[in-house]
Amino acid sequence: MAEPVISARGLRKVYGDFTAVDGIDFEVQPGESFGLLGPNGAGKSTTMRMIGGTLDRSGGELQVLGMDPADHGPEVRAHLGVIPQQDNLDEELRVRENIVMYGRYFGLPRSYLLPKSEELLAFAQLEAKATEKVGNLSGGMKRRLTIARGLVNEPRILLLDEPTTGLDPQARHILWDRLFRLKEAGTTLVVTTHFMDEAEQLCDRLIVVDQGRIMAQGSPRELIRDHSTREVVEVRFGSERNARVVAELEGVGVRNEVLPDRILIYTADGEASLEEIGRRGLHPVTSLVRRSSLEDVFLRLTGRSLVD
Amino acid sequence: MTTPAPVPPTTTLAAPHTRRLPLRSLSSGNVAAVLERGFTVIRNQNWMILVSGFFEPVFYLLAMGIGMGGLVGDVTGPAGEPIPYAAYIAPALLATSAMNGAIYDSTWNVFFKLRFAKLYQAMLQTSLGPLDVALGEILMALFRGFIYALGFLGVLAVMGLVTSWWALLMVPVAVLIALGFAALGMGVTSYLTTFQQMDLINFVMLPMFLFSATLYPITVYPEAIQWFVMAMPLWHGVELMRQLSFGHLTGATLVHVGYFLGMTAAGLWLTTVRLRRLFLR
Repeated sequence: MAEPVISARGLRKVYGDFTAVDGIDFEVQPGESFGLLGPNGAGKSTTMRMIGGTLDRSGGELQVLGMDPADHGPEVRAHLGVIPQQDNLDEELRVRENIVMYGRYFGLPRSYLLPKSEELLAFAQLEAKATEKVGNLSGGMKRRLTIARGLVNEPRILLLDEPTTGLDPQARHILWDRLFRLKEAGTTLVVTTHFMDEAEQLCDRLIVVDQGRIMAQGSPRELIRDHSTREVVEVRFGSERNARVVAELEGVGVRNEVLPDRILIYTADGEASLEEIGRRGLHPVTSLVRRSSLEDVFLRLTGRSLVD
Repeated sequence: MTTPAPVPPTTTLAAPHTRRLPLRSLSSGNVAAVLERGFTVIRNQNWMILVSGFFEPVFYLLAMGIGMGGLVGDVTGPAGEPIPYAAYIAPALLATSAMNGAIYDSTWNVFFKLRFAKLYQAMLQTSLGPLDVALGEILMALFRGFIYALGFLGVLAVMGLVTSWWALLMVPVAVLIALGFAALGMGVTSYLTTFQQMDLINFVMLPMFLFSATLYPITVYPEAIQWFVMAMPLWHGVELMRQLSFGHLTGATLVHVGYFLGMTAAGLWLTTVRLRRLFLR
């Protein structure tokens, strides 16, 4: 196997008495699309910032492209594209200037940046807004501009912190397509997300983190196989009855999960389980049989309560 | 693995485990890009800020120098000669405006760009290091100080308040004063995290302006207080400017210049050691 482009061993970040990242180990291979999945506050963004060398770590080893980002921040970042969770566009510059100036920070010449900025504006579908003030852009446009800007140095590793948050479905699919092309061209992607469909679409391999620790790792398929059943039946009896009915559903599937609005039944065969529910004389208001997804793995591993 | 072809080579990958150089993690040596950004912003929209900063000392000069000056009459100049009150305070106002501009740029402006505009966060995602950002911002503050000083000297010349060719040196000295305050100001900002703490800056700056022999001679104070005032940086700036304004240079002139050189060195040292705290937390 080739030398990993990122390798972390015992990586830690402590703020006062709060441990944001609690000794995690992982490796990212070149060309791989690697996901960090976890609830808010799990330490995903903190890990991303340590990879870019814009946050000092409290302990552990970290190598990015063979260098320690704490010692070689500028050199490491020359090969990184960073898409932060919150857009940090330069509101005092116009749209095209944002891309060009960002390239200047990398020391790239204008002769390269002028055609490159046109290409990236097209990528972000912002050609018509090139001389607009950033403040006048919609949220989705700002997100696309942030991503386009992050590609200006044609990074070897693209760090995407919740890349499609705030985008409409069409824009998300366009972005996924672009990211997939970058991956095909050999760019390594590191993605944090709490959209499970995004993780399944984009990531070859991922780690599930919670409270600064790794809960599980593997490909989306492996994680589903190891931590969930093949199918899930979702039944609703109305919010009043859900809790009372759950006892009568015992044994229908491998495991039940009561949510405020519905009950999830984890099972190998969803249709068979649904028939069993009918035989027991229970008639849900609505029912749905679906394939198990990463969401089920995620909820299983990190607990029901999503921390905000 | 190869770097995609179209990118011109800008930085070469260092061999793993190269010897750690002290500033290597903090700088890519590309301060010029930070300046380029500053000038682009000024060109785009913020030239109004330049104008307002220019008028501040001019308004003081008109109100205090002409208005109050009418009541005060002539006062004693650096060489013991009688001079108009406006000519007495004008150099002090220039020193103060150099201080205020530099402090504003290195404290409030840095604080805002760091915590609210997230500008530095974006810059530091690139190959720029914190040292590049800090030096770039200090140099931009000096540029503004230079423009203000040039404009103010022009006003003084038109009003007939400068009488010596030495006064031309007031422009570079204003830049030196700005450098001392900007270097120290940025280091101080690294210790401040809330607006309430930022207000402390004004709490220090206003009395320094009022009591540093700006509007009246230091001899009005008892000796102990004189020593305290003479330890403050603005007093050295005021005295230096006043000496240049009248071409009355003495041994003390060198002391004043030396004070600001020392302050600059201390400020740059503080800012450099605090860069990680300021930008990488």
